[in-house]
Amino acid sequence: MSIEIRNVKKNFGDFSALNDVTLDVPSGELVALLGPSGCGKTTLLRIIAGLEAPDAGSIHFHGKDTTERDVRERQVGFVFQHYALFRHMNVFENVAFGLRVRPKETRPSDAEIKRRVHELLELVQLDWLADRYPPQLSGGQRQRIALARALAVEPKVLLLDEPFGALDAKVRKELRRWLRRLHDELHITSVFVTHDQEEALEVADRIVVMNKGKVEQIGTPQEVYDNPATPYVYNFLGNVNQFKSNVLKGEASIGGLSIKLEKENQQADGAALAYIRPHDIDVQRIKSGSAPAFEAKVNYIHAIGPLVRLELQQLGQDAIIEAELTQERFRELGLNTGEQVFIYPRNVRVFVDNTASA
Amino acid sequence: MAKKYNNVLPGFNLSLGFTIFYLSLIVLIPLSAAFIKTSTLNLHEFWVAVASPRVVASYKLTFGASLIGASINAVFGLLTAWVLTRYTFPGKRIIDALVDLPFALPTAVAGIALTAIYAPNGWIGGMLAPHGIKVAFTPIGVVIALTFIGLPFVVRTVQPILEDLEAETEEAAASLGANRWQTFTKIIFPAIAPALLTGFSLAFARAIGEYGSVIFIAGNMPMVSEITPLIIITKLEQYDYAGATAVAVVMLVISFILLLGINGLQWWNSRRNSPAI
Repeated sequence: MSIEIRNVKKNFGDFSALNDVTLDVPSGELVALLGPSGCGKTTLLRIIAGLEAPDAGSIHFHGKDTTERDVRERQVGFVFQHYALFRHMNVFENVAFGLRVRPKETRPSDAEIKRRVHELLELVQLDWLADRYPPQLSGGQRQRIALARALAVEPKVLLLDEPFGALDAKVRKELRRWLRRLHDELHITSVFVTHDQEEALEVADRIVVMNKGKVEQIGTPQEVYDNPATPYVYNFLGNVNQFKSNVLKGEASIGGLSIKLEKENQQADGAALAYIRPHDIDVQRIKSGSAPAFEAKVNYIHAIGPLVRLELQQLGQDAIIEAELTQERFRELGLNTGEQVFIYPRNVRVFVDNTASA
Repeated sequence: MAKKYNNVLPGFNLSLGFTIFYLSLIVLIPLSAAFIKTSTLNLHEFWVAVASPRVVASYKLTFGASLIGASINAVFGLLTAWVLTRYTFPGKRIIDALVDLPFALPTAVAGIALTAIYAPNGWIGGMLAPHGIKVAFTPIGVVIALTFIGLPFVVRTVQPILEDLEAETEEAAASLGANRWQTFTKIIFPAIAPALLTGFSLAFARAIGEYGSVIFIAGNMPMVSEITPLIIITKLEQYDYAGATAVAVVMLVISFILLLGINGLQWWNSRRNSPAI
């Protein structure tokens, strides 16, 4: 079932949580709402669920307007950040709850409920915990039970609010892979909220980057990472070096260099912001060829892990430039702190600088 | 070799010793005095003192009215606590403060105030009298007084639990299709039941021992509206000390058994609902 969100607005007092959000979630996709805290992503999710009512705009499920429908009738599965399991019920009863509260005519028989609950518990691989109570479970187990409980009512849409936010890093990684696999099995239209860009990039079919109650960009992980639509998205997804720049006739001047811009990255002349990802920087000991290069000093080397992070300072400038090299390349260069090197930016993105005063 | 306990909090022996000493001085010794004084009676005298029809009628009234009063409080105290935690409205703080009045008010003041209102010539009594309903000087009056003094116990024990309830669990229940009534009975009520039971037993215990606020409104007619604490006072005024303590001992034992029962219920409930971790 697809979800269409049309011109949704929501204010809390003077604070505008959502400002004219329009968004389509195609049927069967796993979509991430990504943004920093306070960007309105959770509010949007709660409005889709019907836990919150929009001030303006409408929500459609598969073309049908559900804005006025109660959360009870929307057939959504909602998974909360802090699980919200029923503490006084064991795992089995938690999962069975959604079936037990159905009106008599549509309520399955006890045997059927039992079968369904065990099926779901097997799906989340926790059948052996059926008799336990929520306080006896680990965080990861609780969240999987919460997911099984949400799936028990056969929701048309699955909504997850920072589902892995309260878990430690290792469990989080495990669970998000597991969620991806589960989604590939069930193909239920799902929306999940996260502030963790890595999580969104890894799990989602499509990412919606939000900022201050607005949608900044919608696209596949590849699209938003490789082609950020706005400086905000560039900044938010991954590490980045930011430069003040000036664009003139298709060339951007950055820190005294003139760099020719790619065709798809043209900007109008004027003040601009230029971005270079740390892994899009090459470091050389000697200047070679005609490609533009910065001269810089190595301030700091962080060599743990597969990538070596260098902190470089451009000569004559205050700006710190971060670069990432592979271990191999790093060994080849044999760099030490304090040495002078040349930096070759491989891929520069330029955006018009709206903040600069004209 | 003496065992060395590495406890973060020092002074276990001292504080435990003091606690036991203090409880003995304040609670156990005075109570045991009641038993000792009673033991000066022989079995027959004891039976006459505690089982005469007038005294038995007073037990029924005291425990019956206390039970009804505490039950009324359990229902309406829960409602009050619910309103105070769930909604914001002008004057909420004032109402919140009003709840404590029965705690703070001298019981005699409460008694006189209630009597003045419910007497046949009072505001409410005057309205009820034409319909043939008498409140003051009847067991109904006793129930009203005991309800009045018990209210804060229920509200103040349930309120913090209601405040701590996660809104998310209710939202979860709603998203799973539960209607409001199902959410209340299956999710909210089980969570607050232990606190409600505690509030109920506190209100009940308080009502059993209540004296000041009841005697004015009760009218104290033997066999009809005479409460047990009044019987004890009456016996004392007649210098029947042993008889008075005998009745007191019976009350003590019944109260103790009832509270034990409620605590047992509490224990059973907590074992059932939140197993050891």
